[in-house]
Amino acid sequence: MYKNELHTSFLSISQNESLARMIAAAFAAQLNPTIDELTDIRTAVSEAVTNCIIHGYENRGGTIYMDCSSDDEGITISIRDEGRGIEDVELARQPFYTSAAGMDRSGMGFAVMEAFMDRVDVESEVGKGTCVTMRKHISARVEEND
Amino acid sequence: MEICNSKVGKTLTVELKGELDHHAADRTRAALDELLKDESINEMILDMRNVSFMDSSGLGVVLGRYKTVSARGGKMAITGAGKSVDRIMRMAGVYALIERR
Repeated sequence: MYKNELHTSFLSISQNESLARMIAAAFAAQLNPTIDELTDIRTAVSEAVTNCIIHGYENRGGTIYMDCSSDDEGITISIRDEGRGIEDVELARQPFYTSAAGMDRSGMGFAVMEAFMDRVDVESEVGKGTCVTMRKHISARVEEND
Repeated sequence: MEICNSKVGKTLTVELKGELDHHAADRTRAALDELLKDESINEMILDMRNVSFMDSSGLGVVLGRYKTVSARGGKMAITGAGKSVDRIMRMAGVYALIERR
């Protein structure tokens, strides 16, 4: 049984969106995913981290935690902030819904995560923060001796 | 994000190069809005062949400019979108509004 974990934290600044994408993709690359699978992971991570920066911490900074784990069947990525939380998670997950109207946000963040990952769970508490946990199946291509 | 543009007649072509995420979105949006201050433009073509990554922040930038251009009766088109950019555009139904060339 293959198993690996990675635990990271970084400041809630937009420069770290690409950093988080690269870290998650490098970790996922150990499972020998396809290019498309890697793109899906990069995109979903970008959405979740952007949500932490804009909505969780409202552009005022904070710490974002990204925990990745992998096994023979795929990768799980949890992205968490200790920001303001989401009042109505079901509403926030609706395509084209945005709480930042007038800021040119597409409202597609959660829809993209759901389209590109196999499972997306959102836990949130107002005033405490939000944790998005995403799972993507990657066919076992791990080489035994890696 | 590098932004190059050329105008022929009433058509503005803008070539984007880099990763169109939230970090790049503000600057890209401001640059495109500055170009669109030219009221004579009635068609904007976004050349995305050198956009290596795009997420929903990029969708917001594209759809926002579509609103500006269509509000003045103009048209917008996207050209050169690679596989990953194309995928998110299709997922969001962008091509129902903006022609893909």
